[in-house]
Amino acid sequence: MWNVFRAELTKLRRPSLSLSTIAAVTFVVGLVTSLLFLLVDSPEGNGERGVRIGREVLSLPDGLSIGFSNSAGLLGIVALCIFAAQTAQEYTYGTLRNLLVRQPSRMKILIGKLVAMKLFAIAMVTLAAILSIALSYVFAGVKDVSTIAWSTSDAQTAVLRTFINVLIATIGYGIFGMILGLLFRSPISAISIGVIWNLIIEGLLSAFITNIDKYFPGQLLSIVAQGGNDRISYQYSLLTSYAFLVAAFIIVAVLFKKRDVAN
Amino acid sequence: MSSPLALDVADLSKKYGDRMALSHANFEVPMGSICGFVGPNGSGKTTTIRMLLGLIKPTTGGGHVLGESITEPEKYLPRVGAMIEGPAFYPALTGLQNLTVLAKLGGFDVDSIQKLLEIVGLADRGDSKYKTYSLGMKQRLGIAASLLPNPKLLVLDEPTNGLDPAGIQEIRNLLRKLADAGTTVFVSSHLLSEIEMISDHLVMLRLGKVIFSGKTSELLAKQLPVIVAKPSNKDDLDKLVKIAKDNGHDAKIVDQNVHVIGAADYSAQFNKSAFDAGIILESLTPIRPSLEDTFFEMTGD
Repeated sequence: MWNVFRAELTKLRRPSLSLSTIAAVTFVVGLVTSLLFLLVDSPEGNGERGVRIGREVLSLPDGLSIGFSNSAGLLGIVALCIFAAQTAQEYTYGTLRNLLVRQPSRMKILIGKLVAMKLFAIAMVTLAAILSIALSYVFAGVKDVSTIAWSTSDAQTAVLRTFINVLIATIGYGIFGMILGLLFRSPISAISIGVIWNLIIEGLLSAFITNIDKYFPGQLLSIVAQGGNDRISYQYSLLTSYAFLVAAFIIVAVLFKKRDVAN
Repeated sequence: MSSPLALDVADLSKKYGDRMALSHANFEVPMGSICGFVGPNGSGKTTTIRMLLGLIKPTTGGGHVLGESITEPEKYLPRVGAMIEGPAFYPALTGLQNLTVLAKLGGFDVDSIQKLLEIVGLADRGDSKYKTYSLGMKQRLGIAASLLPNPKLLVLDEPTNGLDPAGIQEIRNLLRKLADAGTTVFVSSHLLSEIEMISDHLVMLRLGKVIFSGKTSELLAKQLPVIVAKPSNKDDLDKLVKIAKDNGHDAKIVDQNVHVIGAADYSAQFNKSAFDAGIILESLTPIRPSLEDTFFEMTGD
């Protein structure tokens, strides 16, 4: 498994992937964090689904990490795309047969790839955290948001807690992408189905049907990133979303193990 | 005492739905040989190779690779190099990086990569992205990848595809060198002339069935040579056919020549019989059938 991990890292370190990921993370975090502060006085709201987050909330110790936690859904989509593409392209490039000749244990291939991609996700989320915190300070100055409480240990704890939650959510989205990659064996199909499911199907249904979001893994992962909300607890979100993912992962792993590699 | 075997399969079959891709195949490949694996497209070559490499599971039957059962590929694959159905690499990585991925994956020495690139003539293009490679260069990179484990068995599927004549000769020499050093080479190709030049052992497939397995020399020795006779007067073609048939040899007219199936020592008698019948021959040439001729004769294609 260690060999698979090392091999996968060589692929993940390629400049085209690293640079496009940095660009995507910068765009997502920049957009969400800047809108959070710049629209602080907007009657249409500055948070997800029109929620208003005022100066008094942003000035709290937790305020430093709100932009970061609000970025989690989109960061998750970036992770979903990367994990799905990295998995499914082995089929489209025909490289899976090379991998399996060099490492016949299919489970080692799968787990090694997953661990390497998790490391990639950690780097991605770390970059997002740094960017979001830096931008929060910049835009707090622009919009007269007090940053006194952001220097306290409570703020540091909140940042650490948010980092862990966003990381868990991002990795969850990534695993979802990997599952789709293994299932559809085509990056385009896996990514489009993943994005359509998360952004459109789950998003729309959750907006119109009360409490249906507690059955959707994507919505639950978003709630994990926020540390839970007033309707759905953190523990429920975490356990249910990961139960979905683990069950689906086991099914596709068995398929991957049994399926002939004939392309 | 028989020589140890690099490969042996017994009653190996693979069925996709109602279609038998490979039907009850039996063959052996001695250690250290270059074995040509030939057959037309769709005859089951790649299916067989995939089963030998653990990529697909047989429907029935089994086999051994380097003495280990094909149900346990992890026991022999570290000693096997393979290129299946052409080269397949990551387009955004360089040739060197692509080989590094496979070397790390197999736990092989990454320092040997530069040497392998030199062997296949890609030393100066190792830092170029794979997507910029020509078909021949991709093929060479595939061969370099197959050499990463310093293999005891090399399985190559159509290794000379896309190579120019000089490249084909280089690969031929490389395979011979590897075999001389003790590596067994199992090479599939539809270029029968290529296989005839390099292989000392043959497995022939047609419609998913093994139609020959054994030494190339034995197969070719079984084939009677063809005596090609060209009369100076084309009106004598029919007479020549009759002379050959009267002497118990099969004969037919092909492109203003008479082809007589028979041993080379019949040439002299045939020449005399033609002379006695008043026929002057412009040329009389015994020709040994090529592997391609033999294949077509055996398959009736």
